[in-house]
Amino acid sequence: MSIAPIEIERTESAEEVSAVVEPDVPWVTLVHNDPVNLMSYVSYVFQAYFGYSKDKAHKLMLDVHHKGRAVVSSGTREEMERDVQAMHGYGLWATLSQDRG
Amino acid sequence: MAGHFELLPGGGAAVALDEVEVSILRSLAVQLLELIGPGDEPDADADPLAALFAEGPSEPPSDPALRRLFPDAYGDDTEELRAAAADFRRFTENDLRARKREDALAVVRALDGLAGGEGPEAAAVLKLTPDESRAWLGALNDLRLTIATRLDITEDEESERLYRLPDSDPRKPMVMAYLWLGALQESLVETLMS
Repeated sequence: MSIAPIEIERTESAEEVSAVVEPDVPWVTLVHNDPVNLMSYVSYVFQAYFGYSKDKAHKLMLDVHHKGRAVVSSGTREEMERDVQAMHGYGLWATLSQDRG
Repeated sequence: MAGHFELLPGGGAAVALDEVEVSILRSLAVQLLELIGPGDEPDADADPLAALFAEGPSEPPSDPALRRLFPDAYGDDTEELRAAAADFRRFTENDLRARKREDALAVVRALDGLAGGEGPEAAAVLKLTPDESRAWLGALNDLRLTIATRLDITEDEESERLYRLPDSDPRKPMVMAYLWLGALQESLVETLMS
């Protein structure tokens, strides 16, 4: 650690820190329920694409089935667009949105 | 029609299909290829660079089955979201169409490479590599999504009624195909997860 920084430097670094930690609101990928996709297939997709464990994939699939939709991933907008495109490739109905909750 | 995939030693999957099943599957896969079509993609042979930089459509397809295969990526509550969905579609739909075409083509190719058994009742054994299995899984799912749209399968309770249609109902063959594809897909998922 450096010692005795002069007053004006301290003020600047405090401002920088507050600008850096201001978090972007994260984005999420939502998978929606539909009457066609097999439950086993939806679980398979969550395991194969996201690398989720069998248990986690199964729980997410049940959330989609019972609640109508579930958040399956979160991150930057670009990452979520990639995930949504992949879900569409598998034939799952997915959208991305900004997580304001 | 009780086609059922089984895990092959070393990965991949095998299923016994009779002549009628092969013919139904091939016909459905070809129809799916025709439905997906080339979309807005330019002819890659004419100018590979143009194809590389070509943008896809910004409007959702008008056909309901295609709209299900290529859904909007954003909600449609606001003008902003609709614009984002249009942008997303422009940059992704062609790739998505290409992938789904590849999956359906993998089905046609595998069936065409099948040495048929003797006579219409004899079953030939179709063997798929792990990669082919994944392509088949995608194509079987796309087929079911497409048929479900045509049959207007919207809610779990409504579909229950479809499964008990009398033989005289014109939708009966399509429903039978839908259920058969579901069983086939279910068994293929099981082999890939085991």
